[in-house]
Amino acid sequence: MRPAISPRTSTRSPLADVLSGWPPPVFDPAGPAAGSIATLGWVLLAMAAVVTAVVLFFVYVALWGRPGTREKLGGTKIIWLAGIAFPVVVLTFLLIYGLTLTRSLTAPITGNEMRVRVVGEMWWWRVAYLDPQGRAVILDANELHIPVGRPVVLELSSNDVIHSFWVPRLSGKLDMIPGRRNLMRIQADRPGVYGGQCAEYCGGPHALMGFAVIAHTPENFARWRTQRLGLKAAAVSSDQAAVSSGEANRGRQLFRSAGCAACHRIGGTDANGLAGPDLTHVASRRTLGAGILPNNRGTLIGWIGNSQAIKPGNRMPPYSVLSGDELTALAVYLETLK
Amino acid sequence: MDKGGILSAVHYILTLLVFSTACKPLPEERHFMPGADPARGLKAIERAGCGACHTIPGLSWPRGRIAPELGGIAEQNLIAGTLPNRPNVLAAYVRNAPALISGSVMPAMPVTEDEARDIASYLYSLPAR
Repeated sequence: MRPAISPRTSTRSPLADVLSGWPPPVFDPAGPAAGSIATLGWVLLAMAAVVTAVVLFFVYVALWGRPGTREKLGGTKIIWLAGIAFPVVVLTFLLIYGLTLTRSLTAPITGNEMRVRVVGEMWWWRVAYLDPQGRAVILDANELHIPVGRPVVLELSSNDVIHSFWVPRLSGKLDMIPGRRNLMRIQADRPGVYGGQCAEYCGGPHALMGFAVIAHTPENFARWRTQRLGLKAAAVSSDQAAVSSGEANRGRQLFRSAGCAACHRIGGTDANGLAGPDLTHVASRRTLGAGILPNNRGTLIGWIGNSQAIKPGNRMPPYSVLSGDELTALAVYLETLK
Repeated sequence: MDKGGILSAVHYILTLLVFSTACKPLPEERHFMPGADPARGLKAIERAGCGACHTIPGLSWPRGRIAPELGGIAEQNLIAGTLPNRPNVLAAYVRNAPALISGSVMPAMPVTEDEARDIASYLYSLPAR
């Protein structure tokens, strides 16, 4: 039997599926900032429902009510009461309530929060973990690791056009504007992976500009951070691993000779390009291509070979000069970069 | 009609029913895969990211171009121009291509044996190009 093949609108990796799933992510908050936004959303929905019901009731009375009642409904008094006084009271209450509820979103930064700089690029995210003095200590891309239960301040900006940072289960949207630094506070209450998506049209592959936030327990986060800060040692060991595997070693040489290092940085090596995502820890990332593909050897080969077929318009050219063996060697090498 | 006659008539009708169902075209005799589910196969294809290299009918994104398009594989005699196109061979190839063809550019994929069977059954369900 032949199954019906239905065209699908979204076949993105579940990790970055920001807009699907049940309950919808915006109504399934995983932190205080997203929580207050979701509450406000529900309150607005409830109030709109009540107001609609009241209006429908008056429409019913106006059409089919007793003549005396209908006459009263046509008077100026009711217009003053229900048409002006009622909305003023309701909307004033709503405004005060809404501003109080979302006050935490714009509360001043205390300076004790963890700081991360996220820069929007066409069409990926440059991530730098900052120390209290604001110096970048860990460089990464397309993925953000945070500890649960601790506020994290994101310093959002852009290197090219306007992007918008949006992880619906953790907070609302905030634009990333060239030449400006916007601050956003996020906090996750439970460990997990939260998908994100650029929410401001930024050119061709905008829809394929995904992101992942990984929230760890404080212990796991501390371990992760120590591991990343001890990069030099890790790089040396991955170099040794490369030496032990002939294929990875060949991939490392190819990375240099094919010119990959002109755009990509790999910490601990002489690859220091800054135009594309940092690949120092590419093998430990959940996704490839900015939150859109699962990360495995097959997708690595496919991406290096012809990323234009996967993410049309992105800035990495297709590498049709590389043979299958060379693509495999490069993928094997990148897999050593944990 | 006596009792035996009724019984034999019932027997006759039942036999007819059984054979009439058997007269339907068999589901893809050549690629019959009991227990494998094409719909689950498509989900596994999405999860593993097969589309990064292959264009696969029914998968709208991604539509990779570095490896063969997979529509109409049921009509093909050989897998990758080398292996006989049988269900268990295709399932094994999907899961671990280098084990069957050494030096294969297609790597081992992160799918279970059951998922590989589901994927093979999905590929067999695709109409000819």
